[in-house]
Amino acid sequence: MLRAQIQEFHASYVRCIDADNLEDWPSHFTSQCHYRVTNADNERDGLPAGLIFATSRAMLEDRVSALRHANIYERQRYRHVVGQVSILKSGLQQVECESPFIVARIVQSDETSLFATGVYRDIFELGGERLLLKQRIVVCDSSRIDTLLAVPL
Amino acid sequence: MPASSSAVEWSPHGLTRIPFTVYRDADIYAREQRTIFRGDTWNYLCLESELPDTGDYKTSFVGDAPVIVVRDADGEIYAFENRCSHRGALICLEKAGKAAKDFQCVYHAWTYDRQGNLKAVAFESGVNGSGGMSAEFCKEDHHPRKLRVAIFCGLVFGSFSDTVDPFEEYLGEEICARIERVMGRAVEVIGRFTQALPNNWKLYYENVKDSYHASLLHLFFTTFRLNRLSQRGGIIVSECGAHHVSYSIVDDDDGSSGPNAYRDQSLRSEQTGYQLADQSLLQGFKEFNDGITLQILSVFPGFVLQQIQNCLAIRQVLPRGVDRTDLHWTYIGYRSDTPAQRDMRLRQANLVGPAGFVSMEDGAVGGFVQRGIAATEQQQAVVEMGGQETASTASRATEAAVRGFWKRYRSLMGV
Repeated sequence: MLRAQIQEFHASYVRCIDADNLEDWPSHFTSQCHYRVTNADNERDGLPAGLIFATSRAMLEDRVSALRHANIYERQRYRHVVGQVSILKSGLQQVECESPFIVARIVQSDETSLFATGVYRDIFELGGERLLLKQRIVVCDSSRIDTLLAVPL
Repeated sequence: MPASSSAVEWSPHGLTRIPFTVYRDADIYAREQRTIFRGDTWNYLCLESELPDTGDYKTSFVGDAPVIVVRDADGEIYAFENRCSHRGALICLEKAGKAAKDFQCVYHAWTYDRQGNLKAVAFESGVNGSGGMSAEFCKEDHHPRKLRVAIFCGLVFGSFSDTVDPFEEYLGEEICARIERVMGRAVEVIGRFTQALPNNWKLYYENVKDSYHASLLHLFFTTFRLNRLSQRGGIIVSECGAHHVSYSIVDDDDGSSGPNAYRDQSLRSEQTGYQLADQSLLQGFKEFNDGITLQILSVFPGFVLQQIQNCLAIRQVLPRGVDRTDLHWTYIGYRSDTPAQRDMRLRQANLVGPAGFVSMEDGAVGGFVQRGIAATEQQQAVVEMGGQETASTASRATEAAVRGFWKRYRSLMGV
């Protein structure tokens, strides 16, 4: 039941990014939340900085409006595939889990490349109508990012 | 596809014309490696604080050359080429490590001490009286190339050159002072990222020195008054042209210096009415007494020290081929940071790096040039904003620091 809910959440999350409905992306988070894109080396070494670092849904909304109105980058699309979820800790209020992902990026020249692989380290808030992320740490396996990271992972 | 003609014609227009071939030519790339990166220059290796104890090491690069940087028992930091003097294999495969007593090549177990000296050759005397190295073989004559090491304000630099100026002379007083301003306190690393750039290293390095583009390409900057050409500030270019500092001072009451400068020219950069939903990112704290909120500093040929508000970072520019460059970001904070100050640095790190609100474009724009110049032959870039000089200036609508780069580049390369 819970597993199915999480899978459904992932489907909704990646669908909104991959379909360029970025405006819906922040709605997958609680209003106070933590979203961070980092890499396995930083996580291993306990280094807290992220490529993207947000502590509120409003900061995620700002990401989207910056991408729409401020930042200059070539048009590009992602294709996310999220693998099997591992439920690590399940309580009444929240559930902690980890799910692997791969993301392909399709750029202007129509070239498709493997852009990122890693895991989502998630804490979901339970009890609402639907699951919401209190925390998502996107831990990329590699510390290398090709050219730039515009669209969120 | 890299070009391979070495017949590059430099224009008589002084430093204001750059033949596009220099970004595409494989022979030029090879000469840069020899003459610049392994020549009379100092190259950033790591932070001293990354190697606190005996045996702590990092592997890095000086241009194409892989190097090991390590702290020995005498407390000194040593650097040598990460190449076994036997068959040339990498001696050390890790990015970093602790408590190394020595370094042993995995191929034939030749062993080096922490200063790069060859200490042991497996089966040197043979096995059961046969084989072994010839009697004339002298271990002292065989070691990977050693680098000179200089440490300044906790920054570790290395050089393959015996003739390069001592580091502080190499920088000059003005650049030293501007490094001390940021690095004068004990720092610690708060994150590391690598950005793979699809362009020649010089295109990124010129971009760093190009204060003209900042408020035109980066809208985020402009809109939130983090950096406008009309703000007070300036450019410092070192005597030889090699190094630079670009800085700005944000006044609380903007208005005296022409707030309509952009609107009048109908530039894309200004969009009024764009507001952040979460303003916490912009509420930095004062930590320098000089009012400087932005300082970008470069040390030739591949080091950048950045202060953007409270976001401090080191960028190491590493060529990876004619049209590929790795940009290594090391985000830092001060060891004395309060939790609130550290939190602000983490928030403001959103401004920089591969996903940075104000630096994302820099990752792509070099690639736009690299692709744009694919078919150039005699054509040249124009670097004439602010005249032809390389002198320091109070205006940042200038390419003086870019011309400074070419001044030093051309004198080193003899072109």
